Amino acid sequence: MTEQTIALVPGTTATPREFGPLTRQMFVRYSGASGDLNPMHYDDTMARAAGNPSVFSQGMHQSALLATFATDWLGPANVRRFQVRFREQVWPDDVLTCSGRIDQVSEQEDGSRLVTVSLSCTRQTGAVAISGSADFLVPAPQAS
Amino acid sequence: MTTATPEASPVGAVGTPFEVHVERGKIREFAAAMQSDSAAYQGPDAIVPPTFLTTATTWAPPGSRVVVGFDRRRLLHGEQEYLYHGPLPRAGDTLVAQERVADRYTKPGKRGGEMSFAVVVTEFRTPAGDLVAEARATFIQTAPKGDPS
Repeated sequence: MTEQTIALVPGTTATPREFGPLTRQMFVRYSGASGDLNPMHYDDTMARAAGNPSVFSQGMHQSALLATFATDWLGPANVRRFQVRFREQVWPDDVLTCSGRIDQVSEQEDGSRLVTVSLSCTRQTGAVAISGSADFLVPAPQAS
Repeated sequence: MTTATPEASPVGAVGTPFEVHVERGKIREFAAAMQSDSAAYQGPDAIVPPTFLTTATTWAPPGSRVVVGFDRRRLLHGEQEYLYHGPLPRAGDTLVAQERVADRYTKPGKRGGEMSFAVVVTEFRTPAGDLVAEARATFIQTAPKGDPS
């Protein structure tokens, strides 16, 4: 598996991944999947009436994209903690770049490693939309 | 003009527990929305993606949730965290969810006034009572406009 080829040492960064340009259809898809039916994310008329230039992406939508990036990197089954902080709104046509860095690795008694990473999701402007962190419990490599 | 804000649940208040059925189709739909083609989120043995448990509250029965009590026009979702205490929940699992007000505090607003914070933790347990996962949401009520500092 790919995750076993990654050097699990502090300072290692993941290859960044872009998501976008984001579309209203993506926001709607997330609304349906999550159950968050706040019209600010799919109804331009209501979003403008509330003082926004248009609809905007759910913070949890961007969190889910960041989660895709992080679990592709260190393994979906390995995640033990995932945390995000919402910093800036995200709009249709935005292109997001997810990046990650290993901060800490601690060896467990059974040979597995608890890997703590910093995560970030930036807009094309360079501004951070979401920052976060996560812990992954990566199993010991199989003896070959 | 008065603003009808529901009475806030105090720290320590808990909601009524409610059942969450982890559905295979819902995981697949969520994975599509998060643009993941990972095999881990497909098929009968699908596991939940890290932020999936957010969907649980969509179907929380009326009255089962705690009351944050903030003015919706000044309400922000500031932070969200998920903790998994072991292997991830998977398709077919039934969990019992319960909300709790874990903390409330205030900070001075950047432009005067006072910002209020509320931390709501949702615990997800097996029917036998074992803690599987926790979701921690931090809600912020921004300082009112023109509020003197």
